[in-house]
Amino acid sequence: MQTLVNMFKNNLRQYGMVIALILITALFWFLTDGIILKPLNLTNLIAQNGFILVLAIGMVLVIITGNIDLSVGSIVAFVGAIAGVLIITHGVPIWVAVLVSLVVGALIGIWQGFWVAYMGIPSFIVTLAGMLIFRGLTLYLLGGQSLAPFPRSFQMIGNGFLPDIVDGSSVHVLTILLGIFFSILLIVLEYRKRKEGSHLQQEPVHFGWSLLRLALLIAVINWFAWILAMNKGVPIVLVIVLVLIIVYSFIMNNTVMGRHIYATGGNRKAADLSGIKTKKVVFWVFVNNGVLAALAGLMFASRLNSATPKAGDMLELDAIASVFIGGASMAGGVGTVVGAVVGGLVMGVMNNGMSLIGVGIDWQMAIKGLVLLAAVGFDVYNKNKAN
Amino acid sequence: MSEIVLEMRGITKEFPGVKALDNVNLKVRSGEIHALVGENGAGKSTLMKVLSGVYPYGQYEGEIWFEQELCRFKDIRQSEERGIVIIHQELALSPYLSIAENIFLGHERARRKIIDWKQTYAEAQKLMERVGLDESPRTLVMNLGVGKQQLVEIAKALSKNVKLLILDEPTAALNEDDSQNLLRLLVELKKQGITSILISHKLNEIKSVADTITILRDGRTIETLDAAKDDVSEDRIIKGMVGRELTHRFPPRQAQIGDIRFEVRDWVVYHPQQPDRKVIDRVNLYVRSGEIVGIAGLMGSGRTELAMSLFGKSYGRNISGKILKDGKEIQVNNVQQAIRHGLAYVSEDRKTYGLNLIDNVVRNISMASLHNLSKRTVLDRKRESEEAERLRKAMKIKTPSLNQIVANLSGGNQQKVVLSKWVLTEPDVLILDEPTRGIDVGAKYEIYTIIHELAAAGKAIIVISSELQEVIGLSDRIYTMCEGRISGEVSGDELTSEGAEELQEKLMRLMTDTGGRNGANAS
Repeated sequence: MQTLVNMFKNNLRQYGMVIALILITALFWFLTDGIILKPLNLTNLIAQNGFILVLAIGMVLVIITGNIDLSVGSIVAFVGAIAGVLIITHGVPIWVAVLVSLVVGALIGIWQGFWVAYMGIPSFIVTLAGMLIFRGLTLYLLGGQSLAPFPRSFQMIGNGFLPDIVDGSSVHVLTILLGIFFSILLIVLEYRKRKEGSHLQQEPVHFGWSLLRLALLIAVINWFAWILAMNKGVPIVLVIVLVLIIVYSFIMNNTVMGRHIYATGGNRKAADLSGIKTKKVVFWVFVNNGVLAALAGLMFASRLNSATPKAGDMLELDAIASVFIGGASMAGGVGTVVGAVVGGLVMGVMNNGMSLIGVGIDWQMAIKGLVLLAAVGFDVYNKNKAN
Repeated sequence: MSEIVLEMRGITKEFPGVKALDNVNLKVRSGEIHALVGENGAGKSTLMKVLSGVYPYGQYEGEIWFEQELCRFKDIRQSEERGIVIIHQELALSPYLSIAENIFLGHERARRKIIDWKQTYAEAQKLMERVGLDESPRTLVMNLGVGKQQLVEIAKALSKNVKLLILDEPTAALNEDDSQNLLRLLVELKKQGITSILISHKLNEIKSVADTITILRDGRTIETLDAAKDDVSEDRIIKGMVGRELTHRFPPRQAQIGDIRFEVRDWVVYHPQQPDRKVIDRVNLYVRSGEIVGIAGLMGSGRTELAMSLFGKSYGRNISGKILKDGKEIQVNNVQQAIRHGLAYVSEDRKTYGLNLIDNVVRNISMASLHNLSKRTVLDRKRESEEAERLRKAMKIKTPSLNQIVANLSGGNQQKVVLSKWVLTEPDVLILDEPTRGIDVGAKYEIYTIIHELAAAGKAIIVISSELQEVIGLSDRIYTMCEGRISGEVSGDELTSEGAEELQEKLMRLMTDTGGRNGANAS
């Protein structure tokens, strides 16, 4: 019985943020008379928050290594500006522009990673400088003006949908199929995890609990797919985000690189003496973050259908807040990709919900700030209690 | 001398699920040095926290009588007002403040909230003289060694008109010299009428200074020995601590020594920040397979610097010299190369250099072997767990599961996790730096057994230790280090033929041999 209670407690903490997300969604569902979960709004919600989730995924790796990146908002603007100048002013083919943008993101990452990892300058300083540098370069590139519009094909990144496999259906068939596919995938993964679990000598997760969790997840996925299918199907943004979640979760949990990132953040000296090249780890995490920020910049510009000097203003704070709401620790070594995404969704649902019920931008900011403080405060309180 | 200054009666303190103290009685006479001994977890620190008000009145049962008055401390401030000052193992000094500022931290010498610097420095100077600290009171604490920092703590205690000084493992981080200094100071303070309670693992120290020894075991008072009347030999104290006679503090062993496995020639290392300061000076040494070689040296002798510079040049700059393995010279320019060549280094400070405390047992064990446990950079997590489980059994790591966060394990089990991490890399040469620091007697024995098993498997082992008994009990051969040089060597024959006292004296002489200046006639 004691173990059952303990297990519930542990799981409750693990899923605390997910439960919070559900409660916040339920609250806004109630306050907006259900509008928040209507097909059209849900699609909007994804499109509006996709780039924040991409930034949060890059940011969580940076924060796990014990660093921070304040420059991503400016990188979003800078990359948007580059794409704008290339595509709109110079008519460069879109795939070339996209590629150049991502390379620019990588170069920015190399620049900042070099100073942080190899020169030992605190990331706060390096990226604060980066924030100013790249905002300044954006203004220079755009001459203080917005560039618009982008060609239709470029707008697809932020506003497009996966084409359906069946023509003329009232619902989007591919979306439904994808929902079913992911359900099966989850079952297979859970089965493999349980089978492996007996080898791992881990505290076994109660069978009933894992069944319940699985059932809930599958229900949510299929319901979600159904709602999207009733609108235009799966947004491209969602595809990008899902692919990133899967790839980065895998990297963090199952690869040597992922372990090195956690080890570097958890105890850098011990990692060094265990043969981990921690400088290299930090360097590549910054390069990676530069590329993801560039991707977010493309998504942002595409969504807005313009390159503007003010683009991505304060986005770094949204990304950082998402990561901390998702359970990461300022000291490094702790955090998950899924956590950061859930944190990002909490922010996203609040943005969207508060806009729907007509809360002004002033109160939106104040409330988001309080939620960030409450989430991290709750985490710290729990940890202190455990000690 | 016979008046009882402190009496703790029937102290019981419970934590959820554990009875940390069970009806403990402690009587301390005025003006004595009272040693409190016991294995880790015996309740020594808890008892002192009750006494000093860290656990306030109401959270424990029993009575505290200090100077014939019943005390009910609500916090440390109240106990300090009565003259009870506790100095913790981890020093509580502010590194960026000066000695004087630290001494009066919280009790600043001030007039109307404005610091009176003249008085501050003058009084600090007087206190520093009392503890024998020869520094300017303006020196920043960060520039002092641990030994001197300890003295600052005591000066701070004196500034509060201390009557009863409690020292929790004061010499754990000190070298022999500083330890001796500190113990002498305690005796000096005793003459000035200050009573001390000394918590220590180092039984030889206790034997040399304590007037009375109280032994705790499993949260109970086992016995109180009077140094003037009772037998207070180390074996006698250990018997009380563990409740059984320890005839062998080291497991028996039959050494199987092979060829030279690892050799260092003319190793020279300079200080990383002060490029003209030689830290290691032409060190030559070798270890044979199956052999355990001890390196005995005081703190500051360069033993850790030697070990870390050998392990992939993790310390120092301008390193020159050769490393040979199995007779062939190898290049060891970084930790990766060191691991690839079969070297392993277990640091003296496992929390800072050995473990990722916030991660679990499996991931700590696999940390240095990830490339071997993966295919094309994807981890084989099943194999990882199996290897960790194998080592958990072999090392007898006591943990509820492999997923336990390492910070929650005891010191001995943490050390076993670090050892497991390095054993998993399948090394040929292991450098163990203070492998049993801060570990209780029982776990020490288990660590020694593990070291023996590794040697029996043909590995070459270097054990660095400042505990002479440990070096003698464990090693087949001993080098002594002093001021960055190998100052002497004690062969296996000498180790087996000479008595323990004789050997210790000999080693101590070699370890303090400062070269031609005053050590020429020492050997």
